[in-house]
Amino acid sequence: MLTATEKKEIDHEISLVPFKKASVIEALKIVQQHRGWISDESVEAIAAYLEISPAEVDSVATFYNLIFRQPVGRHVILICDSISCYVMGYRPLRKALEEKLQLRMGETSPDERFTLLPNVCLGCCDRAPAIMIDKDLYTDVEPAMLDDIFKKYT
Amino acid sequence: MERPLTRNIHPNRPALTLKEYEMTGGYAALRKVCSGMSPAAVQKLVADSNLKGRGGAGFNTGIKWSFVPMGDNAPHPKYLICNADEMEPGTFKDRLLLEGNPHQLLEGMILAAYAIQAEVSYVFLRWAYHKAAEIIRRSIQEAYDAGYLGKDILGSGFHLDMHLHTGVGRYMCGEETALLNALEGKRATPRAKPPFPQISGLFGKPTIVNNVETLCCISHIVNNGADWFKGLSYSEDSGTKLYGVSGKVKRPGTWELPMGITMRELIEEHAGGMKNGVELRGVLPGGASTDFLTTQHLDIKLDYKSVAAAGSRLGTGTMIVMDSDTCPVGFVHNLQHFFAQESCGFCTPCREGLPWVEKILWSLEQGEGKQEDLELLDMHTQLLGPGNTFCALAPGAMEPLQSALKYFRDDFEKHIHHKKCPYD
Repeated sequence: MLTATEKKEIDHEISLVPFKKASVIEALKIVQQHRGWISDESVEAIAAYLEISPAEVDSVATFYNLIFRQPVGRHVILICDSISCYVMGYRPLRKALEEKLQLRMGETSPDERFTLLPNVCLGCCDRAPAIMIDKDLYTDVEPAMLDDIFKKYT
Repeated sequence: MERPLTRNIHPNRPALTLKEYEMTGGYAALRKVCSGMSPAAVQKLVADSNLKGRGGAGFNTGIKWSFVPMGDNAPHPKYLICNADEMEPGTFKDRLLLEGNPHQLLEGMILAAYAIQAEVSYVFLRWAYHKAAEIIRRSIQEAYDAGYLGKDILGSGFHLDMHLHTGVGRYMCGEETALLNALEGKRATPRAKPPFPQISGLFGKPTIVNNVETLCCISHIVNNGADWFKGLSYSEDSGTKLYGVSGKVKRPGTWELPMGITMRELIEEHAGGMKNGVELRGVLPGGASTDFLTTQHLDIKLDYKSVAAAGSRLGTGTMIVMDSDTCPVGFVHNLQHFFAQESCGFCTPCREGLPWVEKILWSLEQGEGKQEDLELLDMHTQLLGPGNTFCALAPGAMEPLQSALKYFRDDFEKHIHHKKCPYD
């Protein structure tokens, strides 16, 4: 079931498009914003609300990189693995992240503090390598800086 | 040297507000157009200026607009979309314009919408640009409050609504027809052309999709004229260009420079040359999906025609420099991993071929490559090349691969003969 707040926000998106179905990406974003990820139940609730099939919602949900179909931690760490970062130190940075967090790519820490994910170009190639934690961008990142950065996220 | 697009952008200073933008002459072009220029006149002015699309394809913007049906019988609503889904690896130019001077973009969009008589416009922004999203959202509201958006703009009788759409991450969204599918709430797979979006685009209505940098040029062309815009350039392609350099150079960054400066001037003067201890080996001149150029090409002009003549594409104009410490096979493997992952999976050659290419390159990097692998790679550059796939993603992916096989073939062979990566 969608909450009253979620429905209200989705209704606003529906008002901007010619037919309900066109707001499915916005609906997924809204529900993920509230719940952290998109469960099977969320897929079904969105489908019922937009009057389309759950399969149709899931086909969209699974297409986009930043719609999470599995639970994630309280903070999501994205490391840019694209070319400029690759040239400027992505590999040692990735190794340091995995070792310090004791996580491999795609994993969430047992205390649910962090999820670690690889990500495509973050668009700050002149300040590579880069990571993004939640909505915060960090550039020119060196492994020695990681401990201080992590402290901001509990 | 004039820098119209970035003149009022200062790094580390907040984005210009509407008031500040107006104090630099902002929205004068919109006032000029609203006080008596016809849509056809705006289209002609932009076509005459020879402004070419800055998203990578380089098509004349005014001519693109001219394909939109006009007049009383045209389908409505028509749409104007700003493609701000900057996701080409190595590209970071539009971010500067979005975060630095948002109203320059908004004014360009309103002018473009006027030229095609669109009623609805969208900024399609990539998810990662959180700061830009806040700035654009605030700026759209400012423009509504000032009467530059909404009903009867500046008393001209022209109406325009504008919305911000933030994506959820997929390279394909940058392809204009895939972007339209994403805006309609679908998987971002490309559409067959024809019909072209200018005739049947978003929700089946006439639609123009233009890049951020392209749209930022429009107000300056309206204010100063087509000849002025042509005069900014060192070559037959008009205007200035936002060039960027990343990789192991002394001063990576973005600069607005006359279209047609040389690659040598860009890399050696503006980017400060290579860092100490490394040499330049190759350059992708316009993002990940362009062919390598090498040291022999340093003196070519960075315009559409000259870069094409050298066997590559100007693309987005943001260069990725490969240095002498970086393995070309590893470099290309990284690119192919990106393309294989971002393939939408809609057509078979791309969906199956790119992961195969990626795996072959990985086995070379691991020292498990065979001589036949090079033939397989050569073959794929043909099989996944232009004409064999539904859209330009796989052919774009093959550009750096085919040119790496040409210019750095020794490196590929060393991986096979030494059974390891010589750069490890």
